[in-house]
Amino acid sequence: MELLILFRNQRLILHLHFKTNTVNQFLTISFSSIAAAIHNWLALSIPNETLVKVIDLTITGVLLLGFLVILCFFLGYMERKVAGFMQARYGPNRVGPYGSLQIVADTVKLLFKEGLTPKASDKFLFHLAPVIIVVASLLVMAPIAFASNFQIWDISIGVLYMSSVSSIAVIGILMAGYSSYNKYSLLGAMRSGAQIVSYELSVGLSLIAIVILSGSLQLSHIVESQRDGWWIYKGHLPIIISFVIFLIASTAEINRAPFDLAEAEQELTAGFHTEYSGMKFAMFLLAEYINLFVVSAIAATIFFGGWMPFHLGHWEAFNHIMNFIPGFIWFFGKTFFIIFIIMQFRWTFPRLRVDQLLTLEWKYLLPISMVNTILVTVMAIMGWHF
Amino acid sequence: MDFYDILFWILSVMAVGCALGVVLSRNPIHSVIFLILTFFAISGHYLIMNAQFLAIVNIIVYAGAIMVLFLYILMLMNLNADAEPQKGLLVQIAGILSGGTLFLVLLAATKSAHNEEINKVSTNVGLITNLGKLLFTKYVLPFEISSVLFLTAMIGAIVIGKKEPQLKNGEEHIA
Repeated sequence: MELLILFRNQRLILHLHFKTNTVNQFLTISFSSIAAAIHNWLALSIPNETLVKVIDLTITGVLLLGFLVILCFFLGYMERKVAGFMQARYGPNRVGPYGSLQIVADTVKLLFKEGLTPKASDKFLFHLAPVIIVVASLLVMAPIAFASNFQIWDISIGVLYMSSVSSIAVIGILMAGYSSYNKYSLLGAMRSGAQIVSYELSVGLSLIAIVILSGSLQLSHIVESQRDGWWIYKGHLPIIISFVIFLIASTAEINRAPFDLAEAEQELTAGFHTEYSGMKFAMFLLAEYINLFVVSAIAATIFFGGWMPFHLGHWEAFNHIMNFIPGFIWFFGKTFFIIFIIMQFRWTFPRLRVDQLLTLEWKYLLPISMVNTILVTVMAIMGWHF
Repeated sequence: MDFYDILFWILSVMAVGCALGVVLSRNPIHSVIFLILTFFAISGHYLIMNAQFLAIVNIIVYAGAIMVLFLYILMLMNLNADAEPQKGLLVQIAGILSGGTLFLVLLAATKSAHNEEINKVSTNVGLITNLGKLLFTKYVLPFEISSVLFLTAMIGAIVIGKKEPQLKNGEEHIA
C-alpha cells in the first residue's frame, strides 16, 4: 500500500516536472533521495551524531519489519491463490473481497491461540529457536538492493554475506528440533540440516558464476554491470544452467516442496515445528515466507538485473523508454515472477525421498555446477559473453 | 561516547559473557549455542574494524559449518538430558591447574603484546581486494599448500568413511 502511494506521488511529481525538466531530473526522485532527505533532516534537527545514527537504524528496522509483515500477508494470500489455481479450485474467497483478508483472519486466530510449551522440553532453546530463525532470515535482507542506491547495507562482499547468514537458519532449525524432545521433531531437524548444508554448495557455486563474470561480490556493482543487458541474456547457456541450478537448490535450501522433507506431514506429523503452536508457529511461517522472498530477490538481482530496467545493448531510445518505469517496480516484478515459479513447484512435483534428495545434490547438481563454473571462467577469460 | 564505542562495549560484554556461558553451562548443547553467540560477537568486532571479509568467513566457517557439525554430534550422542559423567576430585584439581596455567600464559601474552590503535573508519586491511592480493602474491605458496592439506583431509575422510562392500548380491543396499 505504502509503495503504491509512493509510486503515485512519483508519477505526480513526474507530471509536474516533465514539461520543464529532463528525464534525468525524474530519475533523481527516488527512494535514495527520500532516504537522504530524511537523514539530512534528522542530522539538522538533532545535534548528537550518535543519536542520529541510532534513530536512522531504528527507522530502517521498523520500516523493514512493517514491509515484511505486509509482504508475508501478500505471499500467504498469493500462495493459496496459486495453489487453488493449480488445482482448479477457487482458493480463499470468503473473507474480504476475493478472500484477500483471509490471512488477516488467520493471523488473528494464531495470535489468540495458546502458546503451548511441552513440559519435557528444553525451555530456553525452545523459546529461542523461532527467534533465531526469523532473525537469520531478516539479516539476509540487509544487502538487497530494492531500488537504485536504496540498500540497507551495501557491503563489499554482499553475495558471500547472504550465503553465510542464510546458513544460520540451520542452527535455529536444529535447536527447534532438539529442544522439543520429540523424535519426529528431531528427525525433521536432522533431515533439514543435512539438506541445507548440502544444497548450500550448489547455491554458492551458481552464484559464483555471476561473480566471475561481473568481477565483484558487491550487489550494487553486480546490478550496475547489467546496465547493457541482464546476465541471463548476456551469459548464454552457462548462466541459464546456473540459474536453473540456483532455483532448484534454493528451493531445497528454504525447505519448500518438493524438498520439504523436514516437515513431511505423512511421515513426521509436522517435522521440527511439531510442538510449536500459536504465535511461535507463526514465526516459522513468517521465516519461510521471508526466505522465499529473499531467495527470489537474490535470483532477481543476480540473474535478472535487480532494479535495472530491461536494456538492450545500445538501443538508446528503447532503453530510455524502459527507464521511465521506476526501479522498484522492476525489482518487485522480477522477484514476484520468481516467487510465482517457486510456488508452482510446490504443486507440480512429488516430494523426494531422502536418498533421492542427496543423490540429486551430490551426484547431479554439484558436478554440473562445478563443470559450469569452469565453463563460465573460460567464457570470462576469452570474453565470449556480450 | 562514539557510536563505535557503544557497539564495542555491547559486543565485548556479549563475547565475554557468552564465553563464560560456554564453560559454565551444564548442558553441552547450551555450550555450543553460547559458543556460536561468541563467534557472532567476535565477527561484530571484525566489522567494527572494517574487516568485512574476516567477519563473514568467521561466521561461515565457525558458526555455519563447524558448530552445526558439533550440534549434530551432540544431538546424536546425548539424547537424554543430564548425562554428564561425574569426575573424581583428582581430575577436577588437575583440570583447574592446567586451565589456570593456560589462562596465565594467555594473560601474560596479551599483556606484553604490542597494542596498535586501528583507525576504525579508514582502514582497508580486511577488505577482500587487499586480502586477495596478499594471498595470491606474497603468501601464494603457503596458501596453495594449505589448500592441498585441506584436500588431503577431505580424501582421508572419504577413505575412512567408505564402507567395504559386505552385502551379497540380491540384498538391498540401505543408504
